[in-house]
Amino acid sequence: MKVNDWFSIKRQKDPQTKDPPQEEVVCKACKKKIKQAEFIKNLNVCSHCNYHHAISSRKRIEITFDPTSFTELWASEESKDPLNFTLKPYRETLLKAKEKTGLKDAVICGLGTIHRIKVVAAVMDFSFVGGSLGSLVGDKIAALGLVAHERNLPFVIFTTSGGARMQEGIISLFQMAKVNAVMALLDEAGLPVICVLTNPTTGGVSASFATIGDIIIAEPGALIGFTGRKIIEATINKKLPEDFQTAEFSLKSGHIDATISRQEIREYLVKILDYLAVR
Amino acid sequence: MKKFHYEFEAPYIKKAEEILKLKELEASEKEEIKAEIAEAEQMLEKMRLKTYSNLTPWQKVLLARHPYRPRTSDYIEAIFTDFIELKGDRKIADDKAIIAGLGTMDNFRCVIIGHQKGKDTKENILRNFGQAMPEGYQKAVRMMNLASKFKLPIVTFVDTQGAFPGEESERHNISGAISLCLKTLSRVPVPVVVVIIGEGGSGGALAIGSGDRLIMLENAYYSVITPEGAATLILNDVGLTENAANALHLTAPDLFDLGIIDYIIPEPLGGAHHAPALVTGRVRSKLLENLESLSKMSADHLKETRLKKLLQIGSYDLDIGGEP
Repeated sequence: MKVNDWFSIKRQKDPQTKDPPQEEVVCKACKKKIKQAEFIKNLNVCSHCNYHHAISSRKRIEITFDPTSFTELWASEESKDPLNFTLKPYRETLLKAKEKTGLKDAVICGLGTIHRIKVVAAVMDFSFVGGSLGSLVGDKIAALGLVAHERNLPFVIFTTSGGARMQEGIISLFQMAKVNAVMALLDEAGLPVICVLTNPTTGGVSASFATIGDIIIAEPGALIGFTGRKIIEATINKKLPEDFQTAEFSLKSGHIDATISRQEIREYLVKILDYLAVR
Repeated sequence: MKKFHYEFEAPYIKKAEEILKLKELEASEKEEIKAEIAEAEQMLEKMRLKTYSNLTPWQKVLLARHPYRPRTSDYIEAIFTDFIELKGDRKIADDKAIIAGLGTMDNFRCVIIGHQKGKDTKENILRNFGQAMPEGYQKAVRMMNLASKFKLPIVTFVDTQGAFPGEESERHNISGAISLCLKTLSRVPVPVVVVIIGEGGSGGALAIGSGDRLIMLENAYYSVITPEGAATLILNDVGLTENAANALHLTAPDLFDLGIIDYIIPEPLGGAHHAPALVTGRVRSKLLENLESLSKMSADHLKETRLKKLLQIGSYDLDIGGEP
């Protein structure tokens, strides 16, 4: 699809809201029950303990952008199997993920407006192979950066990912370098790059575009880190503190600008964009 | 012959040792012993070819990790003159898992950055087995900026299993440090030539492992994850490490076919440690050849070509509605 077609397509329905709503939801963190309607109204945030449960990329788009303003780019693209990976057949993994999620891959890219400010945006989705950075995910995010560059638009990305996609081996690894190279172009052009880290953002994604923003914010409690806790504990033979690799740990350690609750992220983005967006 | 060897090398090493013993015999001058030795040596040569001619990906990974394999410091010593080591990230510490500095090769004054493993246990502890902390990557960024400012080409040597998976690493923002390396290196206005000499493990390798030209040693590997890691993560069975090594396409010929690397430097049979001078010499010629061609390009052309090269890796030819 051409970029010129933006605004022309209506938002697609969130596939994860197709099922009839159940009466109650149990919070993953505090285990307390929350009424389904309240849970949805709260954008999957626990009203008891503020735990931010995952939300789909479609839902994220719906709550972030002005109604009907978001136009997805490259919506029909599907991942190839560049290594012909058979250790655990990658094609099957992809097929299952598509069936389960109704998504084509782990990121939705597009153009939209937030409070009438035009931006390009990438929204990752953990439910598709752990939000892993396959070549299509990398290529779409890099291409989106080029669109931002071409059109002088701010770049906003919502990350959630376990890291690189093992089944694409070295091709996956190099997506980190590719996306960051495009982000460098946005620096040179004076275009804002805003990263919103959501649970979890780890591995190759945290070590590339998730930590490259001019502004980096995170949802409360989100797991943010490079190496998994278990591996670190095994390496240094020591139990790590409870808050290790949380958004709050990142904030305290100086890695991010703020932790912002899901309900307030849109407003925060508007304020930041108002300062940084090119007019 | 050095004492360390892998299991797959054992029959060959054993035979070699037997021959040595025969030669040491007082009777080794006797005709029949001489004939026996000659015959054994013929067999040994056959065994050598059999052991090392068709290495599996996993065997290559083992050779890439060989304790006697030439290190970054060996390449620097053999290739560059007047090396001045530069230290520190100006913030926290000097990370000894990455060494950096200025060196001269013919007419080229270069900035050099490389992962540094130790040559023995004591040095490995000092070097943290070549697994760098954020401080090491911040030092690398410092060097990239130095190279940009003084228009000096960058040569990197990649040899790490990965960034150090530790508590301080995370606290000091290992993610941000690697990310900054990637971004900075992608836009330096000078030639960047990468040499993958041993292990190219994950983001910790990629941080200094992407450039205008990638040169890779025949038995080096470059991968998104170690074979052990992939076996554990994907199959939950570290016993399937060899299968994972096959599946990851991590050898030099694989990476050449995938368009990731540009050149393969042949190693002597059995690995670079069997003839280090030969290997460092080959790397030197390839570096010179590439620095010569790259130095003819303008800074803008270099940056544009480097970006295009990256954009082609895993490309889906997405329409961005105009020229990039």
